[in-house]
Amino acid sequence: MTAPHLSVRDLNVRIPTPGGVLHAVRGVNFDLMPGEVLGLVGESGSGKSVTLRSLIRLHRPPIQMTGTVEYGGQNLLAASDAKLRSVRGGQISMIFQEPMSALNPVLTVGEQIGENLREHKGLRGRAAQERAAELLDLTGIPSPRARLSDYPHQFSGGMRQRAMIAIALASEPQLLLADEPTTALDVTIQDQILRLLLRLREELHMSVILVTHDLGVVAQTCDRVAVMYGGRLVETAGVNDLFHAPKHAYTLGLLQSLPGAGEHRRPLQPIPGGPPDLRSLPPGCPFAPRCAYVTEACRTGEPPLLEVAPGRFSACIHYDELPALKSTLEEVGV
Amino acid sequence: MTTMHSPALEVAVRPRRRMPKATLLIGLVLLLVLIVAAIFPQYLARYSPTDFDYEAILQGPNAKHIFGTDNFGRDILSRIIYGTRVDMQIAIFTTLFPFIFGTLLGALTGYLGKWSDAVVGRIADLVVVFPFLVLVIAIVAVLGPGLNNMYIAVSAVGWVSYWRLTRGEVLTQKKAEYAQAGRVLGYSPSRILLRHLLPNAVSPAIVYLMTDMSLGILLGASLGYLGLGAQPPTPEWGVMVADGKNFMATAWWISTFPGLALTLAGVTFSLIGDGLADALRPRA
Amino acid sequence: MTVPLSKSTPPLMEIHSLTKTFPVAQSLLSRWRGQPRRAVQALTDVELTVRRGETLGIVGESGCGKSTLARTLVRLYDADRGSVRYGDLDVLSLRGPALRQYNRRVQMIFQDPYSSLNPRMTVEAVLREALSVHHMRPAAEQPARVRELLQLVGLPPEAAGRLPHEFSGGQRQRIGIARALALEPECLIADELVSALDVSVQAQVVNLLLELQERLDLTVLFVAHDLRLVRHISHRVAVMYLGRVVEVSDTEAIFTAPRHPYTQALLAAAPTLDPSRRTAAPAITGELPSPLNVPSGCAFRTRCPHAFERCATERPALLKLEDGPEVACHLYDPVSTAQATG
Repeated sequence: MTAPHLSVRDLNVRIPTPGGVLHAVRGVNFDLMPGEVLGLVGESGSGKSVTLRSLIRLHRPPIQMTGTVEYGGQNLLAASDAKLRSVRGGQISMIFQEPMSALNPVLTVGEQIGENLREHKGLRGRAAQERAAELLDLTGIPSPRARLSDYPHQFSGGMRQRAMIAIALASEPQLLLADEPTTALDVTIQDQILRLLLRLREELHMSVILVTHDLGVVAQTCDRVAVMYGGRLVETAGVNDLFHAPKHAYTLGLLQSLPGAGEHRRPLQPIPGGPPDLRSLPPGCPFAPRCAYVTEACRTGEPPLLEVAPGRFSACIHYDELPALKSTLEEVGV
Repeated sequence: MTTMHSPALEVAVRPRRRMPKATLLIGLVLLLVLIVAAIFPQYLARYSPTDFDYEAILQGPNAKHIFGTDNFGRDILSRIIYGTRVDMQIAIFTTLFPFIFGTLLGALTGYLGKWSDAVVGRIADLVVVFPFLVLVIAIVAVLGPGLNNMYIAVSAVGWVSYWRLTRGEVLTQKKAEYAQAGRVLGYSPSRILLRHLLPNAVSPAIVYLMTDMSLGILLGASLGYLGLGAQPPTPEWGVMVADGKNFMATAWWISTFPGLALTLAGVTFSLIGDGLADALRPRA
Repeated sequence: MTVPLSKSTPPLMEIHSLTKTFPVAQSLLSRWRGQPRRAVQALTDVELTVRRGETLGIVGESGCGKSTLARTLVRLYDADRGSVRYGDLDVLSLRGPALRQYNRRVQMIFQDPYSSLNPRMTVEAVLREALSVHHMRPAAEQPARVRELLQLVGLPPEAAGRLPHEFSGGQRQRIGIARALALEPECLIADELVSALDVSVQAQVVNLLLELQERLDLTVLFVAHDLRLVRHISHRVAVMYLGRVVEVSDTEAIFTAPRHPYTQALLAAAPTLDPSRRTAAPAITGELPSPLNVPSGCAFRTRCPHAFERCATERPALLKLEDGPEVACHLYDPVSTAQATG
């Protein structure tokens, strides 16, 4: 077995707020294999975006990060600022949900790609422009040479996301962090962008961590999935295993609540209640108050994430009582 | 037929009131002091604000006259206390009319838009191209000095800020879905404007009102200093500062203490304004 | 249990040639140069019939006009031309009390749980206002009715005294539904009702809508971009693209045998929940054209794999096929089929 590309151990993020300290990420552990697309899924407030941002230490004080993020033999959480800067945007790039706010409106797309090329690849002038055009072409932007001198507002939503990916790729990163990269896009454009990411992963031998709330996006794109709830990782599994036989009651509830899992116009099976308040979590499993399989044991201690089958981890005491889903998932599609 | 029941939901228990911030509390305490001084000066002041006392001319701060006396032997502290009423009155009358007029007009033109907005906008442009103080002084000069004419002058100029603030806020609020829902629910325009939009759009104007009150006092003081506002012997802080200007070298206390009173009133309203800005923000 | 709907169910609302444009602000310079004023084509000759008691799903991507359609039907926007008949009412010409009366019968529920409620009004005040304005109940009976409405949408009576910020997103959507139901409407237009909510909460609100529809005999126009959800709750579905209805059909027919190339592409692009059914190629290439500059003829021709000459010159009308679906595509028009093959 090859060594992991990125190793996260006991990651904790605490955000001070007027109403108390918000423990947004609580003891997260995971490994990312080289070339893998890992999906980090969860609902709002689950801590998925906060986790992603702490991988390259994007949070600033007073937000506290503890634990280790090991990448290339270094703990990024303890690395010097200079070292971190060379990794960030260099070996590790990030793309965001809103390309319009992530792109600088007063610089042309060509200048923004050129900036990254100069910083991380030492390319300047004509060579940089050539490479920038190649990158736009790679991301599927038609007539790339002409569009280098366009400003972000002259691009459509999907093209902006492509341009942002081109900027991120300029440094030839080995790891791409994508934070809800298609949430703001229409479904036909989302489809194009997701396939683009998969193609680039193959061509450039990158690993990708994809944060999303959309289970469909996960099923379409990821190799492995990590499910977050209440700031914790509650289940990790290969994508097929997860969608056919979830091993955590929350994952199961989430999949069962989707329309398409039941008969036409019959009531859906919602998860009762709402996401937990991270400032006042119940003792025990954070999902216990909403869980259909809850027992006394769930309420006493917080179950740890344990290997329940080869390559499968779950933090659910009742993982072996959960039914498989295979036959019930009806599909949209032709 | 089977009846389906959605599970009754627990309403999340959240704190219902936010603790008012310290700034607001301090501001309100100071305001209380000012109000008491304005209403009951006779109980707080040991001397008359206007009677001359030739035995005690230009005395520095001492046990009998804590803040000293002026060139007519009047007790500075007593004059400051009596002056509170005049200056509070100035603070209120220089801002209340512009506030009411500007806010209502802003709500109306923001909601109706089109030509009404354009017409009022051009008038507002006309007003703001002149420096505020210069325009006020010009109007007072035409109408004649005195507090009432000063209020008229300030009202004619001061509404523009309130109009602009409220108009902008109404423009934003009327796009909010609750305003559109009001239209689909068949509510009348006046109901949507007065009951839904205005309460949500008036906060910036109220916050500005507080800042404006301290500016109003300073303006009253400036005009008093220039002889265009309150007329002597009325105990007004600005006039008192002006009175002391010839004695700065020999009797610093005549100007300094009324000046400090002005500062204190300004700070009071600023603190309240800051605190209100926070307290009035609706929680999402 | 679902309401059986036959093809003969009488129409509740008939929409003909409904067209709406939004003029774009023009600079003085370009006006002086005599450049034509540009306009966003939000709706172009929309043809649609809503049947009594059904759920009609309206799907499409951004800029397809589905929200504009919803807002035009409740008269938040004034249409440029076309007609909307509701029973014997000519909806687009209603004014004053008649419009108020129509709005009482046709209510809308909004998308954003955070801005659709006045932040300064308690739930009780919100509901009582709706009741008073339309004289639904005398003041003395209002508190009881408020509790009834809250119960109807699954909120406890204590909710009445609370302000919107004390509720979660899903609960706020319930309040919005209760506000619409206060007027005892016949038809609900739901614009992206659950798209702002978390997945696990969406199902709760969808169930509520299904339940209320059955209990209160509501007709529902369900505007959404979530195809899986639309498939679950709609009897029929209308697909829109760049301001036009391109296909209307029974839900099963749309999802199992889509006719219009755009419908096919849209369904293929929707991510499936089955990881083993991945495909490598995108369902469709090309970007959405700008609604400021809609292609001539068929709006979809620039991305359509089947486009031919006639698509650029002639706009396809919405035609009813023999087996039921209505499609606006020259591929299904006998005239061009003859042309294309001959």
